[in-house]
Amino acid sequence: MDNGQEHTNGIKAPSCDLDPASATVIAEICQRFDNDKHRMLDILRAVQDRYRWIAPATMNKIAEATDLTRIEVEGVASFYSFLSLTPKGRVTIRLCDDIVDRYSDLKGVTAAFEEVLGIKVGETSADGAFSLEVTPCIGMCDQAPAAMINDIVLTGLTPETARSAAEALQSGTAPETLVSDRFNHLSPHERALRQVDNNIRHAGECLLGPVPEDAGLVKALSMTPVQIVNQVEASGLRGCGGAGFTTGRKWRFAASETAEKHFIICNADEGEPGTFKDRVLLTERPHLLIEGMTIAARAVGAKEGILYLRGEYVYLRELIEQVLEDRRSRGLLGSDIMGKKGFTFDIRLQLGAGAYICGEEGALISSCEGLSGEPKTRPPFPVNRGYLGYPTVVNNVETFCHAARILDKGAAWFHDMGTDGSHGTKLFSVSGDCLNPGIYELPYGHTMWELLEIVGGEDATAVQVGGPSGAMIARDSFHRKLTFDDLATGGAIIVFNGERNILEIVEYYMSFFVHESCGYCTPCRVGNVFLQKAIQKFQKGLANPEDIDYLKDLSGTIIETSRCGLGMTSPNPILSTLQNFPLVYSAVVKPSQDGIRATFDIQSAIESARKIAKRRSYIFDRDFSQ
Amino acid sequence: MNDLAPAPHRKARIATASLAGCFGCHMAILDIDERLIDLMKLVDVDRSPLTDKKRFTDRCDIGIIEGGCCNEENVHVLHDFRRNCDVLIALGQCAIMGGLPAMRNAIMHSDAPLRECLDEAYITGKYIRNTTHQVPNDPALPLLLDEVYPCAQVVEIDFQIPGCAPSGDIIFDTLAKLLNGKFRGFEPEMIKFD
Repeated sequence: MDNGQEHTNGIKAPSCDLDPASATVIAEICQRFDNDKHRMLDILRAVQDRYRWIAPATMNKIAEATDLTRIEVEGVASFYSFLSLTPKGRVTIRLCDDIVDRYSDLKGVTAAFEEVLGIKVGETSADGAFSLEVTPCIGMCDQAPAAMINDIVLTGLTPETARSAAEALQSGTAPETLVSDRFNHLSPHERALRQVDNNIRHAGECLLGPVPEDAGLVKALSMTPVQIVNQVEASGLRGCGGAGFTTGRKWRFAASETAEKHFIICNADEGEPGTFKDRVLLTERPHLLIEGMTIAARAVGAKEGILYLRGEYVYLRELIEQVLEDRRSRGLLGSDIMGKKGFTFDIRLQLGAGAYICGEEGALISSCEGLSGEPKTRPPFPVNRGYLGYPTVVNNVETFCHAARILDKGAAWFHDMGTDGSHGTKLFSVSGDCLNPGIYELPYGHTMWELLEIVGGEDATAVQVGGPSGAMIARDSFHRKLTFDDLATGGAIIVFNGERNILEIVEYYMSFFVHESCGYCTPCRVGNVFLQKAIQKFQKGLANPEDIDYLKDLSGTIIETSRCGLGMTSPNPILSTLQNFPLVYSAVVKPSQDGIRATFDIQSAIESARKIAKRRSYIFDRDFSQ
Repeated sequence: MNDLAPAPHRKARIATASLAGCFGCHMAILDIDERLIDLMKLVDVDRSPLTDKKRFTDRCDIGIIEGGCCNEENVHVLHDFRRNCDVLIALGQCAIMGGLPAMRNAIMHSDAPLRECLDEAYITGKYIRNTTHQVPNDPALPLLLDEVYPCAQVVEIDFQIPGCAPSGDIIFDTLAKLLNGKFRGFEPEMIKFD
């Protein structure tokens, strides 16, 4: 857009100035979402898709249409990493930069893209054709390295396949065609499977085995809402997203709130690096998920639901839209569901735009409301005042699926599986250094040794349980059990063998939290940067013994004073490795001899001044031949 | 009124330096007022702007540093102090946090922040009257650092006396207690600034 602003990348932006044609397009997009400010994320996504950036002039137009100020629109637009304030290429390539990808030759893949396209990571080509970026975990750790090419996902890349993909793109091949020549003739389900293997390695009794269609919903409709809640509570089902709150109690709290409306939200923003179980459920059990949401709606008296799908899973959008449409046409969504007079419930799909924090339920609700994904102050809790101030149940994909199965098979059936306090089965997303990465549905209560035997990872020296916000454990803890009370996990199990550098992994995870902190509160925004810098000192061998105390102190402060779960768990990679791998740290610390900080590098500190002054230092460059 | 111990058999040696500061902290040292006379019975002042001694004549018990590090000479002096002093004190906010000079650290979204800073200060700034249109570059000028560093990032610092500038009372109190080995940190009201 030519609006008098110069762009640092010097690319001529596509024309979408407030010429009448573009103004009409923007107005139409806003109109499509009823000029509703709560649909801001949808509006901005649509504008981004159409123009490849959110230009200042469009923001004015959007603000006008939705009755907001320009700065409010910009606040949202600048928050999400899939929305851009500078023009992006027609094809945007996002390489997944997770630690698992790094250990699967991401470097070679990146080099192949850079060489063929002639741009570096972070750049857009001069003709505006390509942008190359890296992005944190896109949920494909079982088939790393992976990349998003616009809305298409490529998995299991090698430098060779990356090169041929880049060459094809450069010769004008559409991203879909990389997946299949017949892409347009495939069903949404086939399209998803062509892009991403589901790698279901072990199907358990609840979710991935045979599941009769809508059996749970039929039974739920013959029950009163209170009976449904009682049954879910009696089953012992706990939230599968990681926090493990008792699902029945959550539903009961929401149902007991007197309000004009209630809402059901499904959290399909699985952003925890190493987690990809929801991806598999969304692909293979979408009907079961919607069935579970419908049952929850019946239980708490909700008429509207939202399925919040992370932006990285945009390749599943068509599939889910098709499932929703199919269920509407069969009377399983909409009014008088299954002929039950007065039972009305429908679901809209809300796509995210690349923000890990939106997996936190308050931030997720903010995002659904068209705001930037900042957590909300608790209390009030979402069950009391959630989406738009109405009582809202937010549950994970897996939780809703379990609920539907519980309604079909009964609370006792579910309660009998697993252990005391952790009932039923759990999907484990296993990735990293093992023979068979993929999805394992197992009852709670297996030890880590048992799981490693099943996945072929017996030579592991470290396992990250529950992703970066979980814990890193060593071999002496592999006898511990995978339950809520021992090794709790939202599903992520990342296996590392003896060749991996623990400090490198920790440093990567800290860089992830630095990137994903929403920036609202200082302990998290600033503290995580300090933690990352401190870990880098250890990596370089410049740390003193007292730096270990510093790590512990600062971690404690961040945990205690952060506003939401992100900051309360972000120091975990450091704290759990300090506890379980103390030798890794003590091996690299050196007491300081003379009180001079080894971390301060005078040569790099004066380098820019040397260049400006065009002379050497008389103090620190003693060698006059330089 | 003061906690000074009786004169010991050996006088303690003190050194001070002002790095990237405004000299306000040294003025605050003078705010000890007539208690200086008592203090001088217990200490000798070695290298310091107060004595105009430019080099250490002997190893010192206490070094007091005002200001952070903005150029290579500051780093050199600070290294010298660390090597020659048993206890090193960062006096005032600039020494502790970088203070006002560290405002230039806020030029972050630039490929050449130092050049941008110098250009604005000497050439492009709206209210600059610099007939040479050059950034000063006399060989005697020490090279600037890429950013302003708090002292604790360059050397290990044993104690910090907060304030901008710290009051004469708090400086005297700290020195007195350090000299008789009773320093255990500050009372909250001593470091409350409003």
